[in-house]
Amino acid sequence: MSQLQQRLQAGDFVVTGEIGPPKGVNVGPVLHEAEQYLKGNVVAVNVTDIQTAVMRVGSLAVSKMLVDRGIEPVFQMVCRDRNRLALQSDLLSAAVLGIENVLALTGDHVVMGDHKDAKPVYDVDSVGLLRAMSGLEAGTDMGLDMKGNPNQLDGAPTFFKGCCTTPCGPDPEAQVIKLEKKVAAGAQFVQTQAVYDPATFEAFMKRIAHVRVPVLVGIVALKSAGMAKYMNRGVPGVQVPDAIIQRMADAPKEDRKKVSAEIAGELVRQMRPMCQGAHLMTLGWDDLVPDILAAAGLKP
Amino acid sequence: MNATERKPNDEIAESLDGAGKVFILGCQGCPIGCETGGQPWVNDMTALVTGAGKAVTGSALIDMICNKALVGIRLGRMVEKLAAADAILVGSCGVGVQAVGNMVGRRAVPAMNTICMGDYQGLWPSEERCAECGECVLAHTGGLCPVTLCAKSLMNGQCGGTGDDGSCEVSPERRCGWHLIYERLRALGRLDDMRRPQAPRDYRKREIADARRRTIRWALEVAEAEDADQPQAVEP
Repeated sequence: MSQLQQRLQAGDFVVTGEIGPPKGVNVGPVLHEAEQYLKGNVVAVNVTDIQTAVMRVGSLAVSKMLVDRGIEPVFQMVCRDRNRLALQSDLLSAAVLGIENVLALTGDHVVMGDHKDAKPVYDVDSVGLLRAMSGLEAGTDMGLDMKGNPNQLDGAPTFFKGCCTTPCGPDPEAQVIKLEKKVAAGAQFVQTQAVYDPATFEAFMKRIAHVRVPVLVGIVALKSAGMAKYMNRGVPGVQVPDAIIQRMADAPKEDRKKVSAEIAGELVRQMRPMCQGAHLMTLGWDDLVPDILAAAGLKP
Repeated sequence: MNATERKPNDEIAESLDGAGKVFILGCQGCPIGCETGGQPWVNDMTALVTGAGKAVTGSALIDMICNKALVGIRLGRMVEKLAAADAILVGSCGVGVQAVGNMVGRRAVPAMNTICMGDYQGLWPSEERCAECGECVLAHTGGLCPVTLCAKSLMNGQCGGTGDDGSCEVSPERRCGWHLIYERLRALGRLDDMRRPQAPRDYRKREIADARRRTIRWALEVAEAEDADQPQAVEP
C-alpha cells in the first residue's frame, strides 16, 4: 500500500506536491528540486502528464525516476493522448515499475497546447479510465475474448486511484454528479483544481459530504498579481478574490515569493478543518514548499 | 441518406422509463429509404408503448425531422397532444431527435441508432449534428448529443474546462456541450440521467459495415456521387 494511501487511511492531514517534466531531456533540475524541497516535506509528488497539451518528457518516466530517489510519485494520466490499449498498457507498466498512485484526468484539449493540429484521442474519459484501473486490479482488461468474457491478466496490479474535481467552477451540481461517478468507478482520493475561496470550498464540501473519499484541496502558488488576473480570465474553474490579488500587487518584487507562500499557507490553514489534505502546485517555485508548510502551521 | 436501424424494443422501453404518456413522432425522409420508419414503425411503437401500460397522446410523421422549421410547422397543430406527453419517442437519425428536443422542450427519446455511412448530416439540418456513432445516447442526455457537442466527446459529464459563462475551453464562442446537457436535464427534472454511467464507445460502429457496402442502396449512392463528379459527356 502506498504511503499516500496509508497516511490518508490513518486520518492524517496529508500534503502532496507536484512537478512538471521538462520539454527536452534535461530532467536534472526538476529532479533536483524534488529531492531538495519536496522529499520529506510532502507525502507524495504528482508528476504532470503533458500538462496543458505542451509536449514534454512523459509522466511515467519521471514517476519512475522519483521512485528511484525514494520519493513516492502520483502518476498523472490524461485521456487525451492514448487509446484504451495504451492507457491500460501504461498502467501495467506503472505497476511493474513500483508506481501505485495514479491520478485519472480528462486532459486539456490539444488546441490548448503546442501541437494544435494533433488528433485528440479521448477514447475513454476519466470515468472510463478509473473503471479500467479497477478492472485491471480485478485481473481483467477492457477487451473480450472469443467467448465474450473479459480477457484475463497474468498477474493483477494494485493501484491507489485518484481523480480531480473543480470546487469553484460553474455547475457545482454537475461536478458533484461526475465525482459520484468517478468514485463509483473506483476513485479512492480526490485532488482538486486550485481553490482561493474557502467559503466556496466549504459549500462544495457540504455538497459532497455523502461521497466518502478523502479530498486534498488544490493550492496553486501565485507568482504575481498578473498571473492571478490571467487565471481569473483564462483558467476555467479558478477564481482568485480581489483581496488576494491586491496583496500580490502590493508586495515589492523581492517579497513576492514570501507573500505568495503566506497566502498559500493561510489558505491551507483555513481549509484544513474542511478536508483531508492539501495538494500544493508551486509551478516551478518548489523552494516555496517549506515556507508554505511553515505558514500553514504544518512544519516548524 | 442518414441510415438508421431500430433500437431493440427493450432498450426503447427502458429509455421511456418514467414516461406515462408518450407522443410518437417519425421521420418520413431517410427512415423510409432504409425501411426503418414510416407508418409501420408508428404502428409498432404504438403497440410497444401501449403494451408497456403507457398512453399514446398522439403520433405524427414529418417529411424531414432534421429541419426545425418543418418540425415547428407540423407540430404547431398538435401542441396539446405534445404538451400532454412526458416524452416524445422519435424515429429518426440523431439530427432529427436533437431538432425535436430543441424545438419542443420535451424529453426527446431516440428509437433508432444512426449507423455509419461515412458522415452525412441529413438533407436540411441547422446546428444539430450526428456523428453516426451507432449507439445513440440521446435518451439519457436530454436530447443533446455529447459526441458532437462536447469538444472531447466525453460520455460521462463535463471536464474541468467549462468557463464560468458555460463556454468550452477550446473556444470562448463554443458552448460546453455538457453544460448544455446539464441545463437541459435540470429543466426537464431528469438529472438522474446524468448519474447513469456510460460505457466507452464501440468504435467498430464507426466503420462502414461490409454488409452495407454490398447493398443496392449503397451502390446507387456511390454511382450518383460519381455521376455528379463527372463533367457531362459531350456527344460527338
